[in-house]
Amino acid sequence: MSDPRPVEKGTSALGKRVPFPLTEEQRARELRPLKRRGFMNSSMAQLTLVRFREFIREPEAVFWTFVFPILLAAGLGIAFRQRGPDKIRVGVIGTAPTSASVIASLKKDSTLVVESYDDSSGAKALRTGKVALLVAPTSSNDSVRYVYDRGRSDAVNARVVVDRAVQVGAGRADPVRATDAYVTEKGSRYIDFLIPGLLGMNLMGSSIWGLGFAIVTARSKKLLKRLMATPMSRVQYLLSFLASRLVFLILEIFTLLGFGHWAFGVPLRGSLGTLLLICLLAAISFGGLGLLSASRARTTEAVSGIMNFIMLPMWIFSGVFFSSSNFPTVVQPFIKVLPLTAVNDALRANMLEGVSFAAVLPQMIIILTWGVVTFFAALKLFRWR
Amino acid sequence: MATSVEHPTAALKVQGLRKAYDDVIAVDGLDLEVESGECFGLLGPNGAGKTTTIEICEGLLSPDAGSVEVLGRRWETDTKELRELLGIQLQDTQLSEKLTVDETLTLFQSFYRDARDVGDVIDTVELGEKRSSRVGTLSGGQKQRLAVACALVGNPQLLFLDEPTTGLDPQSRRQLWDLISRFQAEGKTIVLTTHYMEEAERLCDRVAIVDHGHIIALGSPRELTESLDISHLPPPEPRKTTATLEDVFVSLTGRTLRDE
Repeated sequence: MSDPRPVEKGTSALGKRVPFPLTEEQRARELRPLKRRGFMNSSMAQLTLVRFREFIREPEAVFWTFVFPILLAAGLGIAFRQRGPDKIRVGVIGTAPTSASVIASLKKDSTLVVESYDDSSGAKALRTGKVALLVAPTSSNDSVRYVYDRGRSDAVNARVVVDRAVQVGAGRADPVRATDAYVTEKGSRYIDFLIPGLLGMNLMGSSIWGLGFAIVTARSKKLLKRLMATPMSRVQYLLSFLASRLVFLILEIFTLLGFGHWAFGVPLRGSLGTLLLICLLAAISFGGLGLLSASRARTTEAVSGIMNFIMLPMWIFSGVFFSSSNFPTVVQPFIKVLPLTAVNDALRANMLEGVSFAAVLPQMIIILTWGVVTFFAALKLFRWR
Repeated sequence: MATSVEHPTAALKVQGLRKAYDDVIAVDGLDLEVESGECFGLLGPNGAGKTTTIEICEGLLSPDAGSVEVLGRRWETDTKELRELLGIQLQDTQLSEKLTVDETLTLFQSFYRDARDVGDVIDTVELGEKRSSRVGTLSGGQKQRLAVACALVGNPQLLFLDEPTTGLDPQSRRQLWDLISRFQAEGKTIVLTTHYMEEAERLCDRVAIVDHGHIIALGSPRELTESLDISHLPPPEPRKTTATLEDVFVSLTGRTLRDE
């Protein structure tokens, strides 16, 4: 092992002392403006590249951001796809003298599925929901009794359809001849409701997880502290998360909306510019929430808890999978000001109704307000070490 | 700032430094002066206040009282400039495992105005073969050399190394010693902490032994070893003609274990 220092160990270093402050040459070098670097070697580009690399080298993150929403959309889209009108299952008590003619009348209506029961099995089929309605013919030809639950809309519907079939079977002639023309309106199906909601949820999830997790990991590994010991700009550090988010944002929008549009024909009726602007604002706003979640936490366990605490209410209340109007009127004002509600409402209004920019302005203001407030709160609270 | 070349200033000057945490006083009136071009060692048992002291000097912690002057500048006024001039290796930084050696150093390089070439630094720390390997695949010694490389890439005037060789095998340790010696040979200053007396004896021009937040002995390793009366040493080491620095250390700080 070579030792480049010929001097005896432990002697004073005064002999090879370098004067401080710096020599003229060192000072000149120190004051020289930033060495000209290519854009890719600038600290902003490098920090952003690091975000990129860390993300794409984490297969789980790629899965949850890009693949999972597509799988979810595909699964739910298929489960709730538009089918022909549902068949109505009804039961007939087959023991009465007129039962056979009632059954014959009902079977002429193709929307009905008719089954014959005796008294007790009929009651059981009704009770267990196997049939929506039970027809109890009487001994006389001119009367029939329907047994059903008035509170069930499918039973009330069955009452109308069955009664019509019975009356027509008994010889009723309709005074007006009606024909049907069927349409399916794109934009009113479940998948149309779902895709904007999934996009909103995805924007929230990837912004909050993307920032929160990466920052707290860096903090818990003392990497944040190490970076603070360099001349790195703190603003650039935070901006690099935003910059890389924006690139992935475009990809997220493209994959999810592209899938919805091509696989299910989900409409994009509004201006694409407005749609992108909504997504951009949403990403920045949720980025602020992510930053705030990550501002103090020292461990990834702690930040996971905080992030779930922030996101869970919005998954439920903000109308991702079902309309938020299902919740009582009293809580509606609170639901309306949640950022994800504003994002989902704006996305749906843009995509499904094709409204103008001005019409989604109130939602945009809510989204932006969340972004600004959380960002500054996060900066105030942020623990850099 | 207009000090002339004839009156060299200390690279690091610490006076009356104090820092208390909630329940413990970590640094308690510590004074220290490190000459420029010197390799200076801070020794002391766990919890003696070494890391707190060094982190205050690095501008990562602010002291409760006392003054710190680094390369003639103060953290209160010259933070930006000082960040450019210092190279720092912290005790337990874990660099991002997903990045390669090259990417990590390119990132750190991008922060500095007057950085060194990444390839040169990789050669200096002998990580050439691992240049494209992910940090997660490196051995302990390689990771530590990368940490030192991150400190060197900014072309610093003063290098702070906090336990740079802890947990390394003898080969890795010697490799780091060479590296530190070469840095010093360029006329630059090093302040390091270590638990290895052999390391301090080999590398350091002067050492300070710190305990309970202040310095209890200061001098070159030779001065310190010669000052110890070896007749009091316990029996296993009577054959020695002079004490080792380890003997000085243990006789000053005692044999009781200090667990953090």
